[in-house]
Parts: sequence; structure tokens; C-alpha cells
Amino acid sequence: MAEAAAPRSPLAGLGKALAEMRADGVTIAEGPARTRLNLRLDQKDVEALTAAGAVLGGSLPRTPNTAATTVNGTALLWLGPDEWLVTGSAEAGAQLEDTLRARLDGRHHALTDVSAMYATIALSGPLAREVLMKGCRLDLHPRAFAPGACVQTSLAKANVILHQTDDAPSYEITVRNSFSVYLATWLLDAMAEHRPA
Amino acid sequence: MRFRLKEGGRIDRAQRLRFTFNGRRYEGFAGDTLASALIANGTHLTSRSFKYHRPRGILTAGAEEPSALVQLGEGARTEPNLRATQVELYDGLTAAGVNAWPSANCDFAAWTGRLAPLFPAGFYYKTFLWPASFWKFVYEPTIRRMAGLGRAPEAPDPDSYDKRHVHCDVLVVGGGPAGIAAALAAGEAGARVLLVDEEATLGGALLGQRHKVDGVDGAAWAQAAAGRLAAMEEVRVLSRTTLFGYYDHNSLSAFERRTDHLGPGTPAGMSRQRLWNIKAGRVVLATGAHERPLVFADNDRPGIMLASAAQRYLNHYAALPGERAVLFTNNDAAYEAAHDIVEAGGTVGAVVDCRHEPAAPLAPKLEEAGVALHTGSVIAATHGTKRVRSVTVAKLGEGGGLSGEQYRIFCDSVLVSGGWNPAVHLFSQSAGKLAFEEARGIFLPGKATQALEAVGAANGSFGLASCLAEGAAAGARAAEAAGFGDGTPPPTPPVEAPEPGAITPFWLAPGQKPLGHGKAKHMVDHQDDVTAADIRLAAREGFRSVEHVKRYTTVGMGTDQGKTANVNGLAILADALGKTVPEVGFTTYRPPYTPVTFGALAGRDTGPLMDPVRRTAMHEWHEAEGAVFEPVGQWLRPWWYPRPGEDKHAAVARECRAVREAAGILDASTLGKIDIKGPDATTLLDMVYTNAFSTLKVGRVRYGLMCGDDGMVFDDGTTARLGENHYLMTTTTGNAAHVLEWLEEWLQTEWPELRVYCTSVTEQWATVALAGPRARDVLAAVAPEMALDTDSFPFMSVKEGIVAGVDARVFRISFTGELSFEINVPWQHGRRLWEALMEAGAAHGITPYGTEAMHVLRAERGFIIVGQETDGTTTPHDLGMDWIVSKKKSDFLGKRAWSREDSRREDRKQLVGILTDDPKKVLPEGTQLVETRGQPPIPMIGHVTSSYESPTLGRSIALALVRSGRARKGETIYAAPESGFLPCKVTEPVFYDPEGAKRDG
Amino acid sequence: MLWIDCPWCGARPETEFRYGGEAHIARPDPATTDDAGWADYLFMRSNPKGVHAERWMHREGCRRWFNALRDTVSNDVLTIYPMGTARPDAPGDEAGGG
Repeated sequence: MAEAAAPRSPLAGLGKALAEMRADGVTIAEGPARTRLNLRLDQKDVEALTAAGAVLGGSLPRTPNTAATTVNGTALLWLGPDEWLVTGSAEAGAQLEDTLRARLDGRHHALTDVSAMYATIALSGPLAREVLMKGCRLDLHPRAFAPGACVQTSLAKANVILHQTDDAPSYEITVRNSFSVYLATWLLDAMAEHRPA
Repeated sequence: MRFRLKEGGRIDRAQRLRFTFNGRRYEGFAGDTLASALIANGTHLTSRSFKYHRPRGILTAGAEEPSALVQLGEGARTEPNLRATQVELYDGLTAAGVNAWPSANCDFAAWTGRLAPLFPAGFYYKTFLWPASFWKFVYEPTIRRMAGLGRAPEAPDPDSYDKRHVHCDVLVVGGGPAGIAAALAAGEAGARVLLVDEEATLGGALLGQRHKVDGVDGAAWAQAAAGRLAAMEEVRVLSRTTLFGYYDHNSLSAFERRTDHLGPGTPAGMSRQRLWNIKAGRVVLATGAHERPLVFADNDRPGIMLASAAQRYLNHYAALPGERAVLFTNNDAAYEAAHDIVEAGGTVGAVVDCRHEPAAPLAPKLEEAGVALHTGSVIAATHGTKRVRSVTVAKLGEGGGLSGEQYRIFCDSVLVSGGWNPAVHLFSQSAGKLAFEEARGIFLPGKATQALEAVGAANGSFGLASCLAEGAAAGARAAEAAGFGDGTPPPTPPVEAPEPGAITPFWLAPGQKPLGHGKAKHMVDHQDDVTAADIRLAAREGFRSVEHVKRYTTVGMGTDQGKTANVNGLAILADALGKTVPEVGFTTYRPPYTPVTFGALAGRDTGPLMDPVRRTAMHEWHEAEGAVFEPVGQWLRPWWYPRPGEDKHAAVARECRAVREAAGILDASTLGKIDIKGPDATTLLDMVYTNAFSTLKVGRVRYGLMCGDDGMVFDDGTTARLGENHYLMTTTTGNAAHVLEWLEEWLQTEWPELRVYCTSVTEQWATVALAGPRARDVLAAVAPEMALDTDSFPFMSVKEGIVAGVDARVFRISFTGELSFEINVPWQHGRRLWEALMEAGAAHGITPYGTEAMHVLRAERGFIIVGQETDGTTTPHDLGMDWIVSKKKSDFLGKRAWSREDSRREDRKQLVGILTDDPKKVLPEGTQLVETRGQPPIPMIGHVTSSYESPTLGRSIALALVRSGRARKGETIYAAPESGFLPCKVTEPVFYDPEGAKRDG
Repeated sequence: MLWIDCPWCGARPETEFRYGGEAHIARPDPATTDDAGWADYLFMRSNPKGVHAERWMHREGCRRWFNALRDTVSNDVLTIYPMGTARPDAPGDEAGGG
């Protein structure tokens, strides 16, 4: 393990614009660096699922379009019938990966470190839904999309993981690095009409 | 405002607005449209017609307007072809009629009207035949000048536009009585409701009439209902919004005009117009009906308008159509317009009813008021130039012609009504089938194919009470379908309104001369200047299909899509063909219902947001260094890095030399990377690559070629074996997503038994290619703990270690032919790695190089680029890459296809090198190659796929695909005639270091 | 805009999917298939007016492939079913049965 060097976020160039954005009813901020592990498991392999759940402190969600948060603050995002994104604090990283790998040893699985692959953008406030609906084709109305809902979809012209975390509503948008500047620019633009006069 | 009533109407007399039309100054009131303000000022002449430049006025009061088209505003904000009937008046508005130069009042091209006999149906097809070249330079520009509609602005649009997606349980289209009732019923049940209405205020037809709902004026009832709807949390009402497109699966699009009524310039941060993409559970179409004109001689003079339009101008805008009106009708309902005018103190000279024994309930009242009633009569002629001044009325004879005496009646406005056409446009767009009802001569919604219901006038129910009842029932049903309420409609309010009464369809009034003779025109399509005679001519010339007649005569092909013209045109065609209307059939309505601006369709997807620009971790560094970027897919990659005073040529040559002589670094982060794990990973790779991976040792790397099952190359890249069952595959930049999908497709659909997981890690890693004889020295400086000598770190192997203080994976692979390392670090450290290498390499002459230098360097070494040396018809054998095709594997993708006859042909195009005899000539890529000089046509034997000036060789080099190319080595062939038959030698496709001696430095 | 039921993610707009062409085209054994048979596998597809069995992949979502029966006239998606299973019966599907 190399000595910790300061990582540079793909959104670093937009830091000022994000920090200075003020809008009525909606806030935007870049999310913190995270540990992210892509976990592939056969969902019929109950033993493997149980083993993973034990390490993670909670069951991997089996319901599509949902995310679960475990007792130790790790979020488990359903990505597909045999695919999850495990996200935890940046510090949790290597240890979580090693423990999971050890417990799943011998079972067909794939555990891939994708911590560095994404940026996250947090959007929150009563008008956050209105802003997202300028570029999201899915129904985000509270009757259809509630805290804990988590989908992979298109937002504007970028593929994202959209996770509603509370009913403010707050959303955590996970986007691949290379699209993050485009997406953040798009969001800032979409918020502009709510700027105070 | 001479024709404005002292009181009444719903305009705000306290707010006076000034405006300019056709160069003249006018005044109107807040609440006016441009059309209503002009009528209040006594101006009916607005513009000139499309083909004959006939004076035209205001025919309607709404979206169906075919003729009062105006050019609104000036400069960058000017907008052509707007319907004056839908332009809301604002202070300072400036507009002019289209198609008139210098003005509608004095039009220089009006002479075309006198030449009308020369412009029959199909005029363009018949006249401008020859020579073909005249189309481009003579005919088309002239026709466009003469017959175009308005002008497009020439400067960029200064306004902003956006889009919004919205979901609802119930979408109600139209804010008239039926739509309001539907929205109330669905909203009260608790469903999510969206009500879309094109006008500024709800009310629809109620705004034009004096009917009462729930004991109050209909418009006041509508306003109260709007208040109730606004108070419902799950109901959204979009006014000034046109539902213009009905697509599959109840997906619809609407066009909202958010600021147009405020005048030019949008408030800061606000979009001028918004496109709504709607996904609806059920749709209630309450789109109303359009009154249809009667077709009679010279029925297009200014002052001639629909009866309902005159009624709307009177009741809503308090504007009389003129001093003295004549009503021409075939139905009872239109009598109401005449009655309202009389009640308001206006004068109606006569009612002309084509029915022989009409029994309109209002007739006695009108006669009492001194209005002459001419039954069994038609208007046989109209008179006046820029405004109708009188009409000639005559009795209808037995054989359909005129009979008896003719009367001249003076008037300055003619109200016409041929009945009502349900607005079935959206129903038709939804792929619903239309049904024709003979009795009223109307097309009605028939069998629906989507989850929708048409109600009220759109459904042929023209009475106010039935509009309310049908709307409420449909709203309740739609809510129930979404799980709200039990489908029982709420009670509807009592109404005071007459029933629509009787109608006798009437399609064509005879004129004083037989149709097509004399100067009179029976106008069917006011926008496209199509007459009844044109349609008859088309029938005589043999056109039978309604689709052909439409295109031949252009009836219904204007921006109004024939809203006032189509049904009349069809009936006249059916009559000419001796068929019924259903036998003739109906053309399909297509989106948009009314025109939509490009701005709204584009939304925010313009300028920097038009398409995502994908950036690497080092992007900002490249920008700061002045790199010129090349788009590769959505990525921007540095193309070259010009130094002050350098052009592309000089910069690329310098970058190439640096790689060959010292060290260069390239941002290779965009290459696709796929992590492949599982006990069957090797089996998968053996199937998708042409060569074998089972023999690859852990820690080593192999180049692979990927083919489709058609045997054609579609990607290449290196794959490293990181563990017994763990590989990292790289792909070309443009194919990264496609290759991952390719692997998944086979795994999920054909080989589900293989236990393999594939995960994209393209953006986990930032990748720097460090190449050149000094590469090892540079890397050693930032990776002091890594053994870099050839024995410890041989060509085509991978190592993990610490580079620039970061965990890294380093591959010893080369795309330049030189000693090369591809260093991968987590993305967020990419910039740091790059800067560390630049610093460490300074002493070694390190030089950043872009994709252009990369292309030159790889071409010198004879490495292909998929998509450049291949085009989807190229096999590995064509590329001379048999060495990478396994002879041992029994099956893999592509193999079977190579034994097909065509794949075995000896004369397939094969990859060769091309050296021009003149070393200074660089052939353009794509240059065609021929065997001999001579007079074309000469058979083409191949084409140049890559061509560069090689700084290393000091001459031009090229790669080409040439028929039987390998057998031609040493021969001279010629670059295509455009290149002056330049002689070229066919060579090996490797120009530099064919033995690969340089790869170890 | 079609809205297609992904078997995992539910109804999603067609822009999230990749169309995969006709379903039930199995890769034949290359060792025993003649040239005509191979060409048939590679290139020949049916193009019915009516119910069509076809493949879709939820590209923007779970990336899973599935089969669907779609009426090419009305664009109605009649049913979806897993890869590797036979074409099911569906209302209005006369060519179905399996």
C-alpha cells in the first residue's frame, strides 16, 4: 500500500461553481470520496449471499431498484440480479475488500474495486425532484419513488445510479468520472431558474 | 378601435397596448390576440396567399387558422408563420403579414393572381422539368422567393428553452367544458392529473359563447373550475401549452409558451418555451372541434370568417366583425353567431341558408330583428378587393346549379359555417381509426389502439350538457383505472345552452360560371391556395388515392395541416370520383398538431450541453498546455500539443521524433478496460478471440483480435492474465461499451453455462503510455522499487507496484514500436502520475504526444487501427494477420465463416503498404487505387486506409486495402485520377523496425 | 416512446434499451453446418407484420438480456420471457405456441 497521496476529484475543476451555487429549494454538493466495490454473486448461491451479508452487516437487497443501508453505514445498491455496488467510507476500503474476498473464497464471485471510477453528486431540497425531472424519464413522484429507491437510468445524457436517501427529498447521484463534469454542469444549469432574484 | 364594443368581453380596457402591424400603428387591450386587436381596429387584411398572392384576412379565432400568418418581432427574435389568432398582444408588439412585399396592402407579386390559369394543380411537376441543373440555380431560388412563407432569423437565438418529463395517471387534453369536467372528476378521485390547454385561460368554446353553466356565464364557471383544480395537490394545469404529439404507449409531447405573451426577452433564468414529455396512464382527449368553412366562389376575401370565430371575437374580445355581416350556413348552430351580433347592437344584413326548409330555432328571432332569410340559397359570388364589399346570393337549382334571380347584398363581413369537424388529430396520431358519419359529414374517433378516450366535441357530442357529462364520466373512469375512486362520475352542473340542432352537409356552392372557368376561385385550402377546381383536375388526370391527390394538389400540406381544408377537400374529391367519403379514405395526421420551435425541441441540449464531453483525469493539464483536442466518440483526446509558432505538421513531427529518439507520454485513459473473473474466463476468451488464451501464463499479456461470427474483425486489444481465473482485457476507445456488451451477450444468451463475470473498470484507472528509448530511465525515477530490466519485466508482461507514490499496474506493451510502458493508477491520481512523469522525464526530453503522432508512429510500425484499416468486411487474413489466428482451437467466433467461398477468394482486398514514387506526396486517406493510367472509368482495386508524412522515414507512407494486394508487392499501381495518376509502389505494410528490435529500448 | 418491462427493473423507456433483433436464433454447430446454413444463421431474419419474438437488453440499467413478444403493428409488448425459454403463447399471437 502506497503512502496516501491527495487524490484529485474529477469534479475539482467545478469545485468553485458547485460551492457558489445558490438556489431556492435545492442544494448541490459533491459527495465525499468512497470505497466502492462491485460485487457479483449468483443470487441462488445462498451460502455466498449469507457470507457476504455477514461481512457487510446486512443482507444484500434482492428487490430491484432498491438500496439498503447496513448497521455499519455501508450502503448496498442493487444493480442487477447478480450485481451490487457496496459503498462505504474511504477508510473502510481495503479491509472491507480483503474480508469479503476471504469469506467468499471458493465460491464463484467477482469482487472488483471500483472506488476510483465514480464521482457522486448530492442534490437535496423540495425542488430537487423538479430539477431532476428536466432530464430523468423515470417517475420520481413520491407515490412512485421513495427513500431507499435506487435505479440505474439516464439523467440528461449520462448514465447514473440515482439513489433517494431521504424525503427532503435528497438524492445521491453516482456517475462515471468522465461524465461527471458534463452532468454537474447540466445540473447547475437546470438549477439556474431557481436562483434567487 | 372603432369596432370595439363599449362594454362586455373579457379584455382589460384599463390596459392599453400599442402595437405595429404591417407598418401601421394600432392600439389594443390586454387580453387581446393580435387578430382580435386588428379586428377591433377594422383591419381584416393581414397577408397574401402562398401561390396567387391573393389578399387574405382572418378566417378563424384559433389554432386552425390557415391564412392570417404573421412574421412576429425583429432581428434575432423574429419568428415566421405564427397564427395571428394565437399571438397574445403585448405592448410594443411588431408584426407583418407573410408573403407580401413590400406589404399586404400593396403586393408586387399580386400579378401572379392574374396568371392563375397558368398555375393549376401539379404546376411545379408540370412546368419546371428541364434542364435539371435549373432546379438548383433558377427554379428553386425563384420559387422560394415567391412562394415561401415567412423568414427565419439569421442570428443565433438569444432565448433559452428547456424540457421537462412528467408522469400522470390521467392526462386531459383541452381545457374546454369537457376537459375541465374530466380533470375535476379525476382530480377529485385523487389521481395525478395533468390538464393541458393551448389558450391563456381555461374555457375553450365557452369563451366564445354566451352559454351559462351552473347559473353563471360559462367563462366564469371555467375560471372558478380552474381555481378548484389549482387547489388540488396532484393536479397540474398547463395553460398556453399545445399537446402536439401523441406517440406510442401513451407517450405525448406538449409545447409550453412560458413568456411569449410578455413580449421579447425572457426573465433571467427562465426558459422562453418548454417541451413537456408526458407519460400518461390514460388520456382523455377533449380537443373540441373546428368549424368548417363552406366552399364557394371567392370565399377567401378578407372579411370572410367562420361564424364561430366572429362569435368568439364578439363575446370574448368585444370586437364586431364589421358594419354589416352576412351569414352563410348549412346548419342551425351558426344562427347563434348572427343572433349574438344583433344582440350586441351590430347589423346582420342577411342569413343565407343552403337548406331548402331550415327550421333553425333562432330564425324567427332574427327575422323579427329585420334580418332577411334566404333559404335554399348560396353565395354565388363575392366582391371587393382587399375586403369583401358585397355578395351575390342566388337560389340553388334542381341540378345543383343556380337558378332564378340573383341578389347583391352589401356587407363588409361574411360569416360562414359548414358544420363542425371534431378535432381528431391527436386521436389519429395515436394510431386510432377514424369513422365517417354520413349524417353530419364528420370524421369521429373510431377504434382506439391506446389507453385513451375522446369526449365532448372531439367525440362528435357538440351539446354543452353532453360535453360536461362525457368529460366527467371519462375522468372518473380514467382515475378508477389508476386505482382512484370507483368510476362514478361526479354530478355535472346544469347548463343553459341550445342544442346544436340540424345540419345538412354541403360541400361546394356553385358559382356564376362552371367550376374552373372564369376568375372566381372556390378556395378549399386557404394556406396552400388549393381550389375545388384543382381537386377536380387531379381526379380528371387520373389521381385516385387520397394520398396522391394530397401530394399532387398540396391540399392539407401547409403548416396548418389542412385543419379547415381536409374534410371539404375529401368530400369534393369523393364527389369527383363518384365515390363515398369513406371509400376515398383519409390521410393520416402526424405530429406536430401546430408548429413547434426548434428551440423547444432542442431544449438545453445546445452549446456545451449538446452532447456529453468525456474528460480524462489529465484533461485540465492538456487544456492548460494548449492541446488541440480530437473527439473520439464522446471523449476529447489531445490531438497534438502545438508550441508557439508551430502548425499541426511541425508539432506532430516533433512529437514523433521525441518518441523515436527520447521519450513521449500519451494519455491512454480512454482505452476500454474490462475485468474478467471466473473459472470459465479462459474458455470465454478462447471463444471470443481468434488466438488462444489458455496458453497465456499468469503475469503475461497477449494481443488479441476479435471477430464477429461473420469472420470480420471488429476490435483488438491486449489482455493480461492477472490470475489463474482473472484477466484484464483492453479494448479500443470507441468500442469499450460495445465489447463489454458483446461478452455479456454471449454469456447471457448463448453460453449461460459459463461461470464468468465481466466488470467495466475503464474509469477506475487513469492510463499513461510512456514510450521511447528513454522510457525506462523516466519510469525508474518515479518507480524506484520496480525492477524494469528486460529480464525482470519482459515485453508483454504486467507488474504491480508503486509508481509516483501510488499503487499502480504497469504493462509492457507497445503501440509505437518503441520501448513502452502503460502505467495505470486509480483515476484520481492520474494527474499526479502525469505530472511526476513530466518532471522525472524533463532531463530525458520527455514530450507529451497526441493521437495524431500516435497514429503516425503506429502506421510506421504497421499496426492497424480497427475502423481505419478495417471496415466490417475485413478478415484477419485480409490484414495479413494469420499469425494471430489459432489453427488448433476447434471453434471460436469467426472461424466458421472463413471457410465460406467468399472468404477464401484470392482476390480479396488485402492490407499492403503504399509508397508514392514522389516521397513528398501524401495521398489523402480514402484515395482510390487503380491498376493503370488511362481514361475513366477504370476499375478500382483498392483504397488508402491510412496516410501520413513519416518524420522517421522522411517521406510519405500509407496503408491500403488492395485487391490481391500481397501478390502485387513490388508492383506499381496508381492513385485515382483526382490525384493525377500518381505512381505508387506496393510494399509490406511495415515501414519501421520490422524485426521489432526497438521494443526493448 | 415505447415503455418496455425489464424483467428486473420494471417499465423503462426504450431509450434505456438495446434492441437485439429476432429471438431464438441459436448458434448452430459450426462443424456440421454448411455454408447456406451458416449464412442463414448470420443474416436471415423474419420481419413479420404482427407478433415478433425479439431480444432486448436493458443497457442503461441491469444490463440483462430478455425476450419479448411485440406486435409490430400496434407496438404493444405482449409479454416478456427469459432467455433460453421457448416462445410463449400470447393473446393475438397466432404464430406462437411453445
